[in-house]
Amino acid sequence: MAIIEEPLALPEGTSTKVERPLGAYTRPRNPAGLVNWLTTVDHKKIGIMYGTAALFFLVIGGVAALLIRIQLAVPDSQFLSADAYNQIFTMHGTVMIFLVVMPVGAAFANYLLPLQVGARDVAFPRINAFSFWIFFFGGLMLNTSWFLGGGADGGWFNYAPNNGIAYSPTPGIDFWNIGLLIVGIGSLTGSVNLITTVLNMRAPGMSMMKVPVFTWMTLVTQFLLLLAIPVLTVAQVLLSTDRLFGANFFNVEQGADPLLWQHLFWIFGHPEVYLMILPAFGIVSEVIPTFARKPIFGYPFMVFSGIAIGFMGFGVWAHHMFVAGIGPLSVTAFTLATMFIAVPTGVKILNWLATLWGGRLTLNTPMLFAIALVTQFTIGGLSGVSHSLAAHDTQQTDTYYIVAHFHYVLFGGAFFGFVAGMYFWWPKAFGYKLNDKIGKVHFWTMVVGFNLTFGPQHILGLQGMPRRMHTYADAQGFNLWNAVSTFGSFILGIGTLMVLFNAAVSYRNWRAAARPDVGPDPWDSRSLEWSIQSPTPEHNFDVDPVVTQLDDFWHRKYQKDENGTLRQVHTGDEIAQPGNGEGVHLPAPSYWPIMLAFSIPILGYGLIFNLWLIVPAVILMLVALYGWALEPADDLDIDDHHDHDHELETV
Amino acid sequence: MTDVAALDNRPVANSYLATALDDHDDAHGGHRTSLGLSNMKLAMWLFLGSECLLFGALISTYLLSKARFVTEVVAGNPLVTSTMPAELIQEFAESQSVEPMYDIPFTSASSFILLMSSLTMVLAHKATVEDNGQNKIWLSATALLGSIFIAGQVYEFTAFYREGLTYTGNLFGSAFYTLTGFHGAHVTGGILMLLSLVYMAFRGKLRSDRAETVELVGLYWHFVDIVWVLIFTIVYLIP
Repeated sequence: MAIIEEPLALPEGTSTKVERPLGAYTRPRNPAGLVNWLTTVDHKKIGIMYGTAALFFLVIGGVAALLIRIQLAVPDSQFLSADAYNQIFTMHGTVMIFLVVMPVGAAFANYLLPLQVGARDVAFPRINAFSFWIFFFGGLMLNTSWFLGGGADGGWFNYAPNNGIAYSPTPGIDFWNIGLLIVGIGSLTGSVNLITTVLNMRAPGMSMMKVPVFTWMTLVTQFLLLLAIPVLTVAQVLLSTDRLFGANFFNVEQGADPLLWQHLFWIFGHPEVYLMILPAFGIVSEVIPTFARKPIFGYPFMVFSGIAIGFMGFGVWAHHMFVAGIGPLSVTAFTLATMFIAVPTGVKILNWLATLWGGRLTLNTPMLFAIALVTQFTIGGLSGVSHSLAAHDTQQTDTYYIVAHFHYVLFGGAFFGFVAGMYFWWPKAFGYKLNDKIGKVHFWTMVVGFNLTFGPQHILGLQGMPRRMHTYADAQGFNLWNAVSTFGSFILGIGTLMVLFNAAVSYRNWRAAARPDVGPDPWDSRSLEWSIQSPTPEHNFDVDPVVTQLDDFWHRKYQKDENGTLRQVHTGDEIAQPGNGEGVHLPAPSYWPIMLAFSIPILGYGLIFNLWLIVPAVILMLVALYGWALEPADDLDIDDHHDHDHELETV
Repeated sequence: MTDVAALDNRPVANSYLATALDDHDDAHGGHRTSLGLSNMKLAMWLFLGSECLLFGALISTYLLSKARFVTEVVAGNPLVTSTMPAELIQEFAESQSVEPMYDIPFTSASSFILLMSSLTMVLAHKATVEDNGQNKIWLSATALLGSIFIAGQVYEFTAFYREGLTYTGNLFGSAFYTLTGFHGAHVTGGILMLLSLVYMAFRGKLRSDRAETVELVGLYWHFVDIVWVLIFTIVYLIP
């Protein structure tokens, strides 16, 4: 025994390195190409993958949107059947919300949160990889429903009892349930991870009131995810047991109350709309001060209004249910709560305007998109807050007015904010700027297309055109504005594609110019991610940045002279960290997050089609879990003196 | 890009290199955290916060479903009553509740056993901190008590099923089995974690440097116990 435990010393002069018999548990070492991306635990690569996956799903959701608009372009259209139309609008909403807007927010959060708080990675890098892969596989699984019996067809909120097996016998809603349950696991693990990162891994000196607004808004977002996702999980588990195993939660014949679904769904669903918009609010709160060359107006108000939105977001859900017969007292209470939640949102808009006011504005593409968010979101916010009046809401519910409203807040708000952020942080992620001329064409195409598409829908809604009807009659008077809306949607589609066009052109120009260095701080901006080289070095920070105040990086560049005037004392390039990562220890890549994530959709297919599939899924899951738990915490070659048995502590 | 070596040697006055803290711990990926709480512990608390909402939604569903079931049955809704076994209708009509089916002394005993497992869990953590070699005993005891509770739940489910309360039969059955089943699944997950710890303890790998691992499993275990206190009160004790 002793010989096995204590190997004899090797003869003098030979290498003392012993091959460790870890077999399958050895972590991948410096993998190249595709394997690098599949096994990475680097928060920056995971952020980029989130963005890329969201772009892929955006194409699916966008094609669905254009199909809807083609169908509605002319009255009595036979382009799509009513059934196909139901599937397409349901999947359009589901894909856009869960697989585009939320993951784009996750992409920015993953890439930027560790950088903005001065950390080398997120708290749990492997869980981070798992969060991405399970979102991606869950999203793919949801979209395989197109080929396996048809997509979900009950609208993105799938009201009971319409979502029951009696009214929707195809497996579409089962895919919707289980696909989103799987995506939800990723959101939940991601939120735990990112909250821990922000709360616990801030740079020395960075108290919570010195954290950039984007990080603050994303923190609130992650709390909303943490507390809202489990409610959706419960709703979907209940519905799944109803549909797959014959339970009775939404079975009206057994005395069930179908309103339960609406309550559960909207207790999740209303925080959901805020968790889609808050990251975009955070993005423009970074973009506007940079290009107005002023600090954000009222930083504490920005922070606390975000927190207030987060809190109140859980108390307004029933304003989605004013027509469901919830009683006058509830209607009054939720009317008031809904009016109140407009206040912190208004505070934010006021603060952006006050930041712009008197600033030296640079109207480049990120700034234009940020201003677009402020204006378009305000329109959507005004049409939204007017719905706190139950009488008004009753008039507009289920008409195109609502469709117009939430596209103004989600497309004109969240999506424009994301595009602003993309233009803003592109040089940080990839080392070159996106072309500003194409960017401006992109901007105007999108803004014009957007307003042409969704502006007329306000009028259609007020005229009484119902949502979710696959066609309308010639004599109803909806022809003109539907034609305009369809025309606009194609401009908008072209505008969205220009993201790809601009990325391709800018990349080619950059390569043709022999990859000029964009410098660490191309916009002369304020937060810590600009104090390191572009593209971000793999180890992020050479040394932990010590932070003494809000916008610390900016204050290191600009200081007041004896006359009290602000002067630039250093350029960003001078004081940026040089990107020398010697001696920095990074977490090693791992095979197991992707393996574990891959096993769970198989389980889902098993639940829908054949319970026997659960067996291989569970075997794969156990293999992956044990691999995860037993693989050494880090690659042995990198750091040999570490304790290798930290497996449980470093999940 | 600026010359790396030059910057390393003569940092500009305001650069981050010039103001960096000389903190040896940080250079090694460090254990310094902003809140002074380890990442794992913070993450566990956050996860438990999320679990509160999960059980909150399940308990609300149960309360609503039970109330709806009782009112619909008492109202004699023919659609509901036609799908129920006759004895159950009788019981409901008499009591307007489901208590007659419950074996309160039995469930109280199994609840007591589950609560005692929280005590052994605390002792297991204490033994790990003190590194006195007793943690394998207390961890095994915790796992065993948890298993007894699960065995009791399996017995109870079987008994109810024989009395005619099935998962698909009516609204109350669906709600009851889903809520208590979800809790049972959580306990089972906790037992699996405890068994992993027991295995580690017997391999001699659960020394005081791993006390936090035991503490984390303990946090989860206590949470599951507290949830049971709620479920026991709401499902079994409140009429």
